[in-house]
This record gives sequence, structure tokens and C-alpha cells, in this order.
Amino acid sequence: MIEVTGVSKWYQQFQVLKDCSLTIKSGEVIVICGPSGSGKSTLIKCMNGLEPFQQGEIKVGDVSVGAKGTDLPKLRSRIGMVFQNFELFPHMTVRKNITLPQVKILGRSKDESDARTIKLLERMGLPSQADKFPAQLSGGQQQRVAIARALAMDPVAMLFDEPTSALDPEMINEVLDVMVALAQDGMTMAVVTHEMGFARRVANRVVFMDQGSIVEDAPKEAFFGTPRSERAQLFLSKILQH
Amino acid sequence: MNYSWDWGLLFRSPHIGWIAQGFVTTIEMAVLAWCIAMTLGSLIGTLRTLDNPIAKRIGTLYVEIFRNVPLLAQLFLWYYVIPELLPASAQKFVKRDMADPQFWTSVVGLGCYTAARVAEQVRSGIQSIPRGQRSAALAMGFSTAQVYRYVLLPIGFRTVIPSLTNDFLGVFKNSSLALTLGVMELTAAARQIEEYTFHSFEPFAAATVLYSCVTLLVISLMRVVERRTRIAGNVGTAR
Repeated sequence: MIEVTGVSKWYQQFQVLKDCSLTIKSGEVIVICGPSGSGKSTLIKCMNGLEPFQQGEIKVGDVSVGAKGTDLPKLRSRIGMVFQNFELFPHMTVRKNITLPQVKILGRSKDESDARTIKLLERMGLPSQADKFPAQLSGGQQQRVAIARALAMDPVAMLFDEPTSALDPEMINEVLDVMVALAQDGMTMAVVTHEMGFARRVANRVVFMDQGSIVEDAPKEAFFGTPRSERAQLFLSKILQH
Repeated sequence: MNYSWDWGLLFRSPHIGWIAQGFVTTIEMAVLAWCIAMTLGSLIGTLRTLDNPIAKRIGTLYVEIFRNVPLLAQLFLWYYVIPELLPASAQKFVKRDMADPQFWTSVVGLGCYTAARVAEQVRSGIQSIPRGQRSAALAMGFSTAQVYRYVLLPIGFRTVIPSLTNDFLGVFKNSSLALTLGVMELTAAARQIEEYTFHSFEPFAAATVLYSCVTLLVISLMRVVERRTRIAGNVGTAR
């Protein structure tokens, strides 16, 4: 589904990604973790062309992301993305946030889009919030709306960029529950997160990054059992202490 | 001071007609110039926020030219110099066939000058939006034009309504410079009454009151607009 082959990226002299390769098959859930500054967010932003890269290739289905003639808006509309800071559009109601992209990008009718929006809000446990503005919701609610907005486009895969990092501890679970349900429904997902509990529950593979390189790419049992790299062991010992 | 006040002269014909005509001309010029300023200014301001370096440079060039040359000099350039540079057929139209050339030249001059100011407001409005908004909109699959149309411009404009109000008041007051090209707007009407009657206090007092009434009216109207367009739950823009 998503195939990353030998991708390198530089900011001027500084290399943020070093020869990264990674394959995500249809229906797989990949958790990407690592210390801050290790390039994990940059890597998933390369997957939908939000960040350009200078070397290597990324293919989504059979579309090459970095190629010149690629219709990036069309490609992006097929990949959902959820951000650390939610990034709902603050001047639109929740309903409009979810409906507008369906109408303007997919060309769905207003009625059909609206019906889909309501259904998704119900699935997210937010049926009564449709006519509120984002700033009137809690962080956890906003993030669930953001997930609904991405799902409304019927994506073939979902990218999550630290979806719970900006949330109060109490709200983390309501977002993770939605993501677990999504994973169990068979959605293809790449998730940058430090929530190892989530990784344990639904990840197929865990990818560990450090200083721009993929240090470890292992099935979750192997990763949590005996991570092979010293750096990954150190990282796990630090975040699993408590 | 030995001055014999005669407020009645303001209401005698033809003075009252001059003031009324001047007032209407001032309003017409300000509104038309504002339309040019908003359209052109939004476009130029948007250009300056694009990733394309050529678009950026065009926007910057426009702003730097039009805000760094005094408005009076610009009006003279538009009226006396630019027509000479046009091709022959256009020259014939501007110099001979165009109705009311002083009026329209002033409108274009004021509009282009104010567009540079509007452009800067629009640019700062867009740049004040957290970068993640643009990323999120692009990630949804919106084209660049759609990102501006549905996300960046609606948020950016809300942020800069107060400073845009200032610019509208600016174009309204600056329209008095059109008298140098011979447009009979409000200030010119006041001066003409002074020349005919040797009374200067009354006509200029009338002009002052009319200018102030309009600006105060605009300010209170824009307060309402500001309140209506405020984003629920937010004071400024996103977070």
C-alpha cells in the first residue's frame, strides 16, 4: 500500500532522513516511535507529499509521491491525516469542517455529505456537537472530529502525527479508543506516537527511529520482547519506567 | 478677531449645492477606489504569501513602489505622465473621449496606492495563521487555490478587519487630494465657497463635520462587522 524506498531528506546541510525504507501493507498498523528530532513526523509527512524529499521513492498504491507529474491534491484526498494540534478550521462549525471537503474535493452532493458527517460524528460519540465551533470543544473532542473529517474522505490509509501529544491525560484514551476501533476495522495506519500501550494492542509492527534513520523495524512481539538495537532498548527503558 | 460669522451662507444657493455635490463625489471616489484597493490588494497580498518566488517578487515589487512614492506624486504621475506612455489609440481615449478624466484618474490612483496597504494587511493576516492550518488543508486534498479560498483568506481577513477599517478611512480622507487634479470633491467645494464669499471658517467647518460624520459612522459599522465575524470561542484566530 505505502512503500518507502531509500528516502533521504536534507534541510540545507542538515540531513533529517537517512536512507529510510519501510513498507506498509494494506490493513497493517505501523507504529513509529523514537526520540524527538529523530525524523518520525517528517517521514510520515513525506508519505503524502507535505514535505518534499531529495532522494529515494515513496509509492502509495502505484502512484509515486515525489514524481513531477503526480496530482498531489488527488493523492492526498485518498490518504487521511491527523495532526498533533488537531488543525480543525476554527471559522467553520464541526459539521462544515467535515462536510466542506467532501463537497469541494470529492464532489459529493450536500445531502449525501451531510448524512455521512452525521454518521461519522455518531461513530465518534459526538452526535450533539455538530453545530459547535472547534474552540468550543475539548481537545479530545476536537481530535475525534479531526479523525471524522479525515475518514469522511474514505481514505485508503490514515497517517497520525502524534495524535495524543497535545491532549490532557484524561482525554488521551477517548482518542486512542477511536483509533483502536479503526485499526480493528482493518484500516491501514501509520501512527507516530509514544503510546506504547496502543502499540501493544493493535500495531502489527513497530518502527524505531533515531537521528533520521530507521534503527529497528520489527513485529511488535519481537520489539517489546527483545529489541535488537541498544538505542531502542535505552528508549524503551526510559519510556516504560512508570 | 474681527470676523463676521454667517452660517447661513452654507445653506444658500449655490453653496449648498456645491457642498452636496462635493460630498457625493468624495463618497463615490472613496467607494470606487476601495473596490480597486480590496480586489488588487487581496491579490497582491496573497501573492506575497505563496511559495512561488516569482509571485512573491511581483507582490513585493508592487507594494514597495506604491507605498514608497507620495500619494500626491502618484496622482500627478497617473494624470500627467502615464497617458503620454500609452499607445496612440489608448491615448486618444484617455485624453479626448473618456468622460470625467480627473475623477477616474483619481479613483485609479487612490485605489492602487491603497491596494499596497491592503496587500500588507492581507499578507500579515495570512501569515499570522499557524502553519499547521495550511498543512491540514493541503493534506485533505484541497488545491492551493482552495486552501486560500476556504481556509487562509477567511481566517486572515477576520484578523485584520480593524486595520482594514483604518485603510478605508485613509482612502476616504486621502480623496481630498483629488482637488489638485481639479475634481470638485468636498474639500474643493469648501475652498470654492471661500473664494466666492471670503468666508473660510464656515465652509471648512462644514467639511470637517461631514468628514467626521462619515468616519464615525464607518467605525461603528465596522465594530458590528467585527463582532458578527468573530470566531466563536476564539478571541483572535486559531489558538
